Amino acid sequence: MSISHAEVERVARLARLRIDPGELDDRARDLARILELFDRLAAIDTRGVEPLSHPVAESQRLRPDTVTESVDRAALQQGAPEIEDGMYVVPRVIEPR
Amino acid sequence: MTAPAPDSVAGIAAGLARGDFSAEEVARRFLARIEALDSRFNSYITVTAERAIEEARRADDARRRGSAGFLAGVPVAHKDLFCTRGVRTTCGSRMLANHVAAYDATVVELLRRSGMVTLGKTNLDEFAMGSSTESSHFGPVCNPWDPERVAGGSSGGSAAAVAAGLAPVATATDTGGSIRQPAALCGLTGLKPTYGRVSRHGLVAFASSFDQGGLLARSAEDVALVLGEMAGFDERDSTSLDAPVDDYRARLEAPIAGLRIGLVEEQFEDGVEAGVREAVGAAVRVLEGLGATVRPIRLEYADVGIPTYYMLAPAECSSNLSRFDGVRYGFRAPGVSSVEELYVESRTQGFGVEVKRRILAGTYALSKGYYDAYYGKAQRLRRLIADDYRRAFEEVDVIAGPTTPTPAFRLGDRLDDPIAMYLADVFTVGVNLAGLCAVSVPAGFAGSLPVGLQLTGNHLEEARLLNVAHRFQQATDWHLARPPLAEPAGGTPAGRTQDGGTRGGGTQGAAGASEPGPTPAARGRR
Repeated sequence: MSISHAEVERVARLARLRIDPGELDDRARDLARILELFDRLAAIDTRGVEPLSHPVAESQRLRPDTVTESVDRAALQQGAPEIEDGMYVVPRVIEPR
Repeated sequence: MTAPAPDSVAGIAAGLARGDFSAEEVARRFLARIEALDSRFNSYITVTAERAIEEARRADDARRRGSAGFLAGVPVAHKDLFCTRGVRTTCGSRMLANHVAAYDATVVELLRRSGMVTLGKTNLDEFAMGSSTESSHFGPVCNPWDPERVAGGSSGGSAAAVAAGLAPVATATDTGGSIRQPAALCGLTGLKPTYGRVSRHGLVAFASSFDQGGLLARSAEDVALVLGEMAGFDERDSTSLDAPVDDYRARLEAPIAGLRIGLVEEQFEDGVEAGVREAVGAAVRVLEGLGATVRPIRLEYADVGIPTYYMLAPAECSSNLSRFDGVRYGFRAPGVSSVEELYVESRTQGFGVEVKRRILAGTYALSKGYYDAYYGKAQRLRRLIADDYRRAFEEVDVIAGPTTPTPAFRLGDRLDDPIAMYLADVFTVGVNLAGLCAVSVPAGFAGSLPVGLQLTGNHLEEARLLNVAHRFQQATDWHLARPPLAEPAGGTPAGRTQDGGTRGGGTQGAAGASEPGPTPAARGRR
């Protein structure tokens, strides 16, 4: 199996990662090897097998939809790269007309 | 019964109860030892010396008032994947190198409430992705048994710290083997509890349907003592199991006559190094000598574990790590001009190569057109693997085998070959895929390197595993063996160790680094 550079770039775009041109070969090879490992299992018939997403209980517990704790915004934002008036600052999203 | 080693959890707790020494003295001795020795192992990312002394004094006060719990004043180190309020939680990543969490993980909170004294945060593979603790942004961890070899991973820092006597016990996490494999490689007892037994609240997520917190310590007794304080239901973790917590300590001594042990034939064949096979085979005979019966079992889908795990865990990782965007916390790339560029550059510069490898594989598996063939198929295979174990546990009480196919490998050996690295987890991932509990126990040596015996139990069978492990440790003394490099600095004869303390083992640290009690010599049958 081989994975093209274009395919690596497609996946990297989805994952919001930049792959340097010099790294493309390595990343394509790594991805191909992981997929090859898995493709060996193609012969195992899994039709009719229910997918398992949670290894112990089959469903997650729900709790009543009530407010049980409040969040200390200042404490939570202490590690933020840049904040202003309690809000996160990012580069301009909407260009001025 | 042999008395617990004086630097063990049980030994320290007993000494504190008798008033042989204070919690402050114990904390100072461990801190001095870290100062003197850890430049050789790199097991800690952050040492919280001042806080440790403060907590130890509080434990001493509580003991004077008569309100101290059994573990009050016993030191612990936390894997740097557990959030700690006021102390940075790095996950071994540049992304979080300066991140200070606003809250404590439930595990951290519970152990602090029990009076344990936090020594610091231990090194790990970046975001717990690795089997050698070489992918850490803070540098690799060296195995105390041979500093040219890996300590295993991802909890390699926790393992090296305990093995080198820089902590009596450490928390750790296990997503595909990250507690048991370093336990095996460093000659320790490492328990991965049942999925949901220990709260994941405040444990930075890697693969949410696999991640589970547990412990690395010298003995099953030490694990039992601490697990009792950290297991249990937590309403802040929606996957936490609402089941009563067993009295792990009370069950330790139960006889194991009649225990039914299953062996998987393939785990004793050519793919496993001879020295490992021999040690594990001998360990199983010890258990037989204690009255257990052994029978062969079949895990039809055992071979499917690695590919299935390395499809599902990266998929969950790619989803979980999408939260790192340079906006709310963690690393933000400088000099960007758009939000898109902010995301891409912060992630590209903030993550290391193995994390990116897994994000790419996981994103691929979840992307349109591939989801069913990869992610969906892997979830179905996961069901078949879990069913395999369910059938096996109708016939046997525990499954025994090697924890790893080889002892510790050399630093750098598998860095450029991700698949070879992944195969270190060949005997451990099945347990995570099925959500079971398992413990790795020191079972001897292959040459001069420790070998681990893995005992796997059904859901919520931690008490039974610790019971079997404890009975095994009463019949053997592998768990008492100490790496030559890490003998208490004060008691090491000149010229005995390979490292004369050149990198930071100054005399100041070494002078105060003797153990709280008589020095245990390496008592392993080497």
